[in-house]
Amino acid sequence: MNSLVERYSTTSPTALLRKAQRLADEEEEFSDAAWGSTAGFGNIVKGSPSFMVPNAPDPTAFLRLHTDDHADPTCRIKIQHGTTTLAFRFQGGVIVAVDSRATAGSYIASGTVKKVIEINPYLLGTMAGGAADCQYWETYLGMHCRLHELRNRERISVSAASKYLSNLVYSYKGMGLSMGTMICGWDKTGPAVFYVDSDGTRLKGDLFSVGSGSTFAYGVLDQGYRWDLTDEEAQELGRRSIYAAGHRDAFSGNTCNLYHVKEDGWKFIGNYDIAKLHNEGYGYDIRVEGRSSANPPEVATAA
Amino acid sequence: METSFALTGKGYLIMAADTTAARSIVKMKVDEDKIKTLSPHLLMAYSGEPGKYQFCFTDRDTIQFAEFVERNIRLYQIRNLYALRPAAAASWIRRSLAESLRSRRPYSVNLLLGGYDTATHDPHLYWIDYLGTLTEVPFAAHGYGSYFALSLLDRYHDPEAPLEEGLATLKRCIDEVSKRLVVSPSNYKIKVVDKDGVREVEL
Repeated sequence: MNSLVERYSTTSPTALLRKAQRLADEEEEFSDAAWGSTAGFGNIVKGSPSFMVPNAPDPTAFLRLHTDDHADPTCRIKIQHGTTTLAFRFQGGVIVAVDSRATAGSYIASGTVKKVIEINPYLLGTMAGGAADCQYWETYLGMHCRLHELRNRERISVSAASKYLSNLVYSYKGMGLSMGTMICGWDKTGPAVFYVDSDGTRLKGDLFSVGSGSTFAYGVLDQGYRWDLTDEEAQELGRRSIYAAGHRDAFSGNTCNLYHVKEDGWKFIGNYDIAKLHNEGYGYDIRVEGRSSANPPEVATAA
Repeated sequence: METSFALTGKGYLIMAADTTAARSIVKMKVDEDKIKTLSPHLLMAYSGEPGKYQFCFTDRDTIQFAEFVERNIRLYQIRNLYALRPAAAASWIRRSLAESLRSRRPYSVNLLLGGYDTATHDPHLYWIDYLGTLTEVPFAAHGYGSYFALSLLDRYHDPEAPLEEGLATLKRCIDEVSKRLVVSPSNYKIKVVDKDGVREVEL
């Protein structure tokens, strides 16, 4: 009610402010040199600075759609809900592939997110769950990996690095951390992939996929996976699996980032637009164009 | 949990549904046939939509609807001396479901309807959900299995594949679900429909 009265009254402070703003906008006596400047009086003319609020009848209800507080009331905000990340080990090293979409509820907050975190030249971490949690703690992990190197004069093993992270997040258990990550790299034992999540779970394995699109990625990945894949085949499989998830999962997509870890460290292979991959042959409609299930009897053509 | 698949190929359609009937955490039956043969060239797989209070079963409601469809399609055939073509049957079933949706107690049943059109010599597959959504597709799945199988079928399905290849693709789907789904079904019933009619096959 108050806000309604304020809006239509002509004597309220906001009405006076509006009038001042209108006059300031129409004012054209300033020289060109002062263009865009309010000569230090900006806050008077434009009103006091304020926070951006979602343009919705009830901003808090709108925001609630985009937060995790139904799951954890103490947790204020969390984007990066939907994701597809995958990593697998094979004869030629480790392939890491991720999508690049960040969603907040039904809104695509970004399509160019880097979900692979380069911990050091031999270690990669993937990002699913809370973007900030993954980014911060994996960077922090990188710091400790470096300290390990300085203290022991050898690189940390993937196993030790992932255990450091899992112990760390376990100590914060129940305090709202949210991350599902794969720590990938090459150490004395060869290629290695570990899955670590904020529950404290840590798993060693050959093949993992994490995120809302993981089921779709698994569908393609499992069927095409072999230990003795060539480098090209393996990169293609990673890319194809992320495409599958980007196509089927509404919360994954935009582009695919592909990394390959070999004995001499990781290498960034490329960034691939999923829509482009679709149109250039991955898409079902494109792949089967012109093919038909109809099976008319041959006698019809002879007669 | 309940899962059903179907895919088309060169002159045939394959349909597969798991055979478990469960109540709460217990498997009550492991050889339940959830694919009805509606007419000589028409198959329908039915499964319940997991509701708010029920877990995921093909309960009495679901079977009631399937039998209702079965009898009415049969009645049409008796009255007219010919069977409905797949597209016509799909339309009729969709309408029945849509009418039920706005009734006091709607049927919550998901369907896959597949048939071979003997007039045009091609297979047809319709995906129908409990809200009455009807869409014709080259391959389809219902249940948790769909999360694994659809991406796989996007990759491997071929509309011109011979029967052996189609069955191999179906086997990929079943294997993938067994591998990744926590509560995966143990057995499937697989039926094929082509110009010669309906038959059951083993993988």
